[in-house]
Amino acid sequence: MCDLAAPPAPVEPGQMQPEKIRCDACPVMCYIADGRVGACDRYANHSGILVRLDPLTVIEARVEAVPFLTGTGDEQDWDGDLIKGYRPFITAVGAGTTYPDYKPAPFIVSQAVDGVDMVTVVTEGIFSYCGVKVKIDTDRFIGPETALVRVDGEPIGHVMTGEYGSRMLSLGGVEHLTGGSKKEGRVTCDALMRLCNQEAVEVQIDGGASVIIQAGKPPIINTVPEKLMRVGCGSATIGMFAKQWVGHVDEVVVVDDHITGVLSEHQAGKMLDVPPTGIKMKGRRSTPGRYFQVAGHGTGWGGTDIEDPLTILKPFDAKTAWPGLRLLMVSTTGEQWAYYELNAMLEPVLADAPASLRASAERIAENCEPSLCSVLFMAGAGGSLRAGVTENPVRLTHSVKSALTYVSCGGAAAYVWPGGGITVMVDVTRMPANSFGYVPTPALVAPIEFTLRLADYAALGGHVDRVQPVEDVLTPEIRRVAALGNEPDPQDATNFPWGKSRQGRPR
Amino acid sequence: MTGPVTSSSSQTGPTARLLPDGVRLHLQHGPIDLIVGADGDRTAAFAAATRRFQTILTELVAELPLLRQEVGPKVLGPTARRMVAAARPHKPTFVTPMAAVAGAVAEEILSAMVTAALLTRAYVNNGGDIAFHLTAGTQFRMAIASLHNHPLGRVDITATDVARGLATSGQGGRSLSLGIADSVTVLAKTASQADVAATLIANAVDLPGHPAITRAPANTLHPESDLGHRLVVTHVGPLTADETALALNCGSATAQTMLHAGLIASAALFLNGQVRTLGPSKTFLADPRIPAHA
Repeated sequence: MCDLAAPPAPVEPGQMQPEKIRCDACPVMCYIADGRVGACDRYANHSGILVRLDPLTVIEARVEAVPFLTGTGDEQDWDGDLIKGYRPFITAVGAGTTYPDYKPAPFIVSQAVDGVDMVTVVTEGIFSYCGVKVKIDTDRFIGPETALVRVDGEPIGHVMTGEYGSRMLSLGGVEHLTGGSKKEGRVTCDALMRLCNQEAVEVQIDGGASVIIQAGKPPIINTVPEKLMRVGCGSATIGMFAKQWVGHVDEVVVVDDHITGVLSEHQAGKMLDVPPTGIKMKGRRSTPGRYFQVAGHGTGWGGTDIEDPLTILKPFDAKTAWPGLRLLMVSTTGEQWAYYELNAMLEPVLADAPASLRASAERIAENCEPSLCSVLFMAGAGGSLRAGVTENPVRLTHSVKSALTYVSCGGAAAYVWPGGGITVMVDVTRMPANSFGYVPTPALVAPIEFTLRLADYAALGGHVDRVQPVEDVLTPEIRRVAALGNEPDPQDATNFPWGKSRQGRPR
Repeated sequence: MTGPVTSSSSQTGPTARLLPDGVRLHLQHGPIDLIVGADGDRTAAFAAATRRFQTILTELVAELPLLRQEVGPKVLGPTARRMVAAARPHKPTFVTPMAAVAGAVAEEILSAMVTAALLTRAYVNNGGDIAFHLTAGTQFRMAIASLHNHPLGRVDITATDVARGLATSGQGGRSLSLGIADSVTVLAKTASQADVAATLIANAVDLPGHPAITRAPANTLHPESDLGHRLVVTHVGPLTADETALALNCGSATAQTMLHAGLIASAALFLNGQVRTLGPSKTFLADPRIPAHA
């Protein structure tokens, strides 16, 4: 009996099907619904646009032509090889695996770069040991350290240490991918893939906030998008700008949700002989010139809930203050500021700010960087992946450690952790769009390339018989992307100890 | 991993290239991807395979509307006829000749090679659906791997075995499935027979009405699917070990019927780490190795 005698099978709601497109890439001429792929799995309908899936991606480095240099003695470096002006780097994005067998790595590509035979071994690794480290530029409270971070109720990681102007999350890792329930693994894998592909992912933090994270974009915390990182806390801001204020103003209050700073009472003011002004602050005094809790949390001035900064002041001390006293109030991002002078009743009255003070507020804003989410993919290239490169996998590890092998992910420079294994970290925004995939294990599929001299490749037991010249890989079907401006070229000699002496040579 | 198609106006034709090892041929056209190997007069065999491959897709496309219907209508093309012949014995179970397309293409190309060249061994692998040729004293050893390259087992076929075709179907495959099997691998006399049988056995590995299984009408996913409005599985949520066993038993019952009818030689059914094998006990050897990941 194969029936569970249960209600009819649930059907996904029959929503309006968006337009189908007709693929004309081959004679089958499939109609493809939105979000679906054709019979070949190679072409898909993305919102009405026909896209090629899994193209091998090549970064085209457009290197300045060398012959324009004259009289430097470097002319002989130009060997007339046109590829110098058009040197492609084969990434592992879309390299996939060639069935029926998947070893060695699908593409082992050679090309002569500056007279050195370079080999790049590219493969899309399956990483069950992987995750992301997320830096969220905000001082707002998103949740306590070690709190679980959840997607769809499933734990996918936790809040780690607070860092300068930012909160850090550690997501994924083998425990969430394969150490928990099936759903936990699936949800984690999906969230990691979307984060790595620079898509937005909403997470809930236990005892904290809901945060929408997207690499290279401002975080959205409890539905409020973050704009600028503050230049420092209010107290630090006083320290940074005190010299620029002295002589132009008698008192400065830097409004901050964490520590509000007061120039005349602050150590920096004392050092510059700023006299007392009789200012009286609300909130709780920490040390001289530093106040906690001058107002509630919010999205007003300096992360507080105030819109009128005067609400955090008590009346000035009449024994010390004087009519005409000049007062600047400014937030830690410089986005809000106001200038007052005291009237005869010692009440602050809005006045026209002198140019020097306007400039100092602008200077604060200028020193605040845009608040962003950064997503670093972290993964370990262990057993089988290394076997695709060499018959003796540990030699690849040794070669990476001794810097003879340069590791990149989708062409982006990867930081290789010290210690055992090849554990790398890479900024996903430096990689070509949609570089990541997944397998249902669950595990992420990510591109990884190892670049080294042909001679070094042979020495570590590489599959030299599989090396193909780059020209053979450059078929019309590949996807070509431009190199990112300041991303190092994986094939540049100066990446390697043997090429350091060549530094400064034109490429 | 996507890139916009810059020029989709020009259709790409059939391509043929030797793989870097120099001993295997890769033939590709539209949805067809073949890896071809031959021992013997390889040059002649590859030339014949390449020649036959030039028109195989356009021949199929010409009869596609007929091939997407339940078995009945007469078709003319040699590959199409292989498909119909493989599907017909399974009536009255719902099936269209399309269930045999991958196996039939592999068979057709293999037949072109074997006719043109003297070969001791040869195979055509069409995305896991494999047609092979063996002569006295030769054998093939094939590995069964999961979607993510975990070894699942091994198949050893010698010239004295009846099987000349192997096919795999299930959730991992390219085609839509009515069932929940991770994969079903079948050995049969021909690749097209194995292809149909694997499809139908994978369809039978199912738990109708189970809340963790989501389904959608096939034609909402692929507008031209031969499955029409039939509900295909779009997601399989967590299942208990008992439920997994129950689903596999359903598939095994279907496979057993086919075995008795002589439609298959053996079968291996995989779901959630559980396995059922049918047929001669030595055919399928499950692999106990721990998956090797990055």
